[in-house]
Amino acid sequence: MVDSRQLLIPLLCLMLAFGSSVAVAKEQFPTLRIGLTPVFLDNKLSILRIWQSYLENRLQRRIEFVQRQTYREITDLLLAGDIQSAWICGFPFVRYSSQLTLLAVPLYRGQPLYQSYLIVPATDETTRDISDLQGKVFAYSDPDSNSGYLVPRVGLRRMGYNPDTFFARTFFAWAHYDVVMAVAEGVAQGGAVDGYVWDTLRQLHPEITQRTRIVNKSRKFGFPPLVVSNTLPDEDVRLLRHVMLRMKDEPDGVLLLRELNLDGFVSAKPELYEGIRENVLYMNQAELNVRQKQFTVQDTN
Amino acid sequence: MYGRNSLRYKIPINLSLAILLTALVIGSVLIWRSYEEVRNDLFRSSVELGTVLARTLVAPLKHDDVWQAYQILRSAGSRIYIVMDEQQRVFVSNQPTRFPMLTELHSLGPEFAALQEKIEKHASLTPFLHERSEDERLYVVIPVVDDGIQIANVVIGYPRSIYWPHLLSIAERVGLTSLIVMLILIPIGWWVGNRTVDPLVRLSQVMSQVGSKPLEEIDYQPFDRDDEIGQLGRSFDAMLGELKEKQIREGQVIVSERLAAIGRLAAGIAHEINNPLGGMMNAINTYRRFGRSARETEQTMFLLERGLKQIHETVSALLVEARQESHDLTPEDIEDVRLLVQSDAQKKGLQLVWDNKLDRPLSLPSTPVRQVLMNLSLNAVQAAEQAGQVTLSVARVDGLLEIRVSNDGITVSNEEIGHLFEPFVSNRPGGTGLGLWITYQIVQQFGGDIYVQNERGTTSFMVHLPLELAA
Repeated sequence: MVDSRQLLIPLLCLMLAFGSSVAVAKEQFPTLRIGLTPVFLDNKLSILRIWQSYLENRLQRRIEFVQRQTYREITDLLLAGDIQSAWICGFPFVRYSSQLTLLAVPLYRGQPLYQSYLIVPATDETTRDISDLQGKVFAYSDPDSNSGYLVPRVGLRRMGYNPDTFFARTFFAWAHYDVVMAVAEGVAQGGAVDGYVWDTLRQLHPEITQRTRIVNKSRKFGFPPLVVSNTLPDEDVRLLRHVMLRMKDEPDGVLLLRELNLDGFVSAKPELYEGIRENVLYMNQAELNVRQKQFTVQDTN
Repeated sequence: MYGRNSLRYKIPINLSLAILLTALVIGSVLIWRSYEEVRNDLFRSSVELGTVLARTLVAPLKHDDVWQAYQILRSAGSRIYIVMDEQQRVFVSNQPTRFPMLTELHSLGPEFAALQEKIEKHASLTPFLHERSEDERLYVVIPVVDDGIQIANVVIGYPRSIYWPHLLSIAERVGLTSLIVMLILIPIGWWVGNRTVDPLVRLSQVMSQVGSKPLEEIDYQPFDRDDEIGQLGRSFDAMLGELKEKQIREGQVIVSERLAAIGRLAAGIAHEINNPLGGMMNAINTYRRFGRSARETEQTMFLLERGLKQIHETVSALLVEARQESHDLTPEDIEDVRLLVQSDAQKKGLQLVWDNKLDRPLSLPSTPVRQVLMNLSLNAVQAAEQAGQVTLSVARVDGLLEIRVSNDGITVSNEEIGHLFEPFVSNRPGGTGLGLWITYQIVQQFGGDIYVQNERGTTSFMVHLPLELAA
């Protein structure tokens, strides 16, 4: 388990050492606004502050992290050019890949991949499959999340269920962390959660995760990437990518990565998200079929 | 000396009980008032809280955002928060495992079934309190209203034990105050009680001496008070004084009466002796003047003897000798007396009721008893009216021989009763005045009693003679 206190002190020292030189250079470039989504534990403000100063020191410009409740809001800001970069889920990236550029992908356990976990409360010892949760209350994380929305719905479709009517009630907890909480506290009898977030949470707060039980893990998908808007100048993109990829080689970068429970950032090709793209296509096709069926039924009437 | 019934203890104890009772009543009223206040406060504060909650919950409810609503309700401690939708189902609660989403309220047990019924009946959009003594909790229900339309209810459930800490602390304070008040009042009560009772106790001690102690030895100082107790003391003091005076007067009366009786006795004896003495003196004078002859001497001697005999008889009658040798009293002895009395009774045309209940001899000498019977019955016959009635009864009663003799006719006045048994007192011409004297003397010598009663024209004598004579 990572002891965050032990790491924070050297990080703070480093931050102070670079502080003076940053102050001079910062004013020369416009602020770089980076959107963050709950694809990681974005509620740990202390890490965000350290990461922000790390980036400001390396880029010699002011960095501003932008957080919103939903993925959609961040995506919209990104597409509108209000923010220049963002750490988003693979699902919106696939959907808007033409307007976005892959900046870097986190390395998790040596791979740029992660899974979706289907979790239930620990008190539930009978559920073996998502189909056992029919008629229950189910927690999604976000409608634009791959692991917390798309994966379980595709699973249900493939099993022949209609995900819109399969559960008695569904709700969005808007963050993977909250999905775990909702299931742990019994608000929902099942939930879909980012495997990386669950694993990280297990290291930081095992008392929460042990109140949940992983029913099954999905196949692996491309890890939520850091993307930039196509409007960001190439020079800025190159510099930003360089800083991100080098994090694992810098001592303070390594400490930061350990706080994030990541191994580093690597560059990747859009093909990494082929699995998600397949799911999106499958879902679109399935919904199209359903609609056609509905139309057919209406026509015959 | 008066035990637990003494006012010395009763008054202070009753006073203390009254103080205790007052403290209890006031304490209970205070606690009840506090209970109501705590209840009202609880209701007020939960309505305030619930109203804020209800306002905050409007958006999540409208957007069906369960998680947001849950976040609002979370961390509420021992309280229960339930948001009920319009179908009375749980929209969300802060204890999701106990009140799972979409559960109907009435399916959670009788307590919640009653709550649901109350919610359904409650028509207005105002908050209300639902409390039943059999429930585990009390509930405050606050409607969630948007644009004048009720879209849900917020139910806040408090454990009923929430009152206890408040009430206990109030009870503690009330108890402590009462204790202090009692600690002050009870000694005062004892003091007041004792102060009230002390004179009474003294009075009762002195009063109890009256009769058992000579009056002149009783010393009593009335207390200097103006109330009823002071009056009582003064009245008693006055009464004591009068008693003493009366006792002195009575002593004087007895002495003078005794002297008078002795005078009457002496006069009677003197009179009885004087008559024969006068005759004897005459005989001696006559003998001196005329006679020297044998015939006259004889005549004188005869007169002297007759006079002496008369004196002897008088003296003998005065010296009544009851214990003469005689046989035991038999029922026949009584019948003999009857025969003797009968003829006198017939002469007067009286009705003689003779009730002799004796059936066997008694260990009493017959002669004196017969004399008593004779005296009393002849007296009765003589005192009775012409054609009146005389009643006599003889019976054994509780180791006594009881003789009752009564007659109608001339009654004896109370004053006469006082002198009835004195010698030479006669109410009838020709009587010696010795009959009742002798009767009295006999009864006295047998250790018995004699009573006279005067009632509604009937005079009754009753004699009790003990059968076991002291040998």
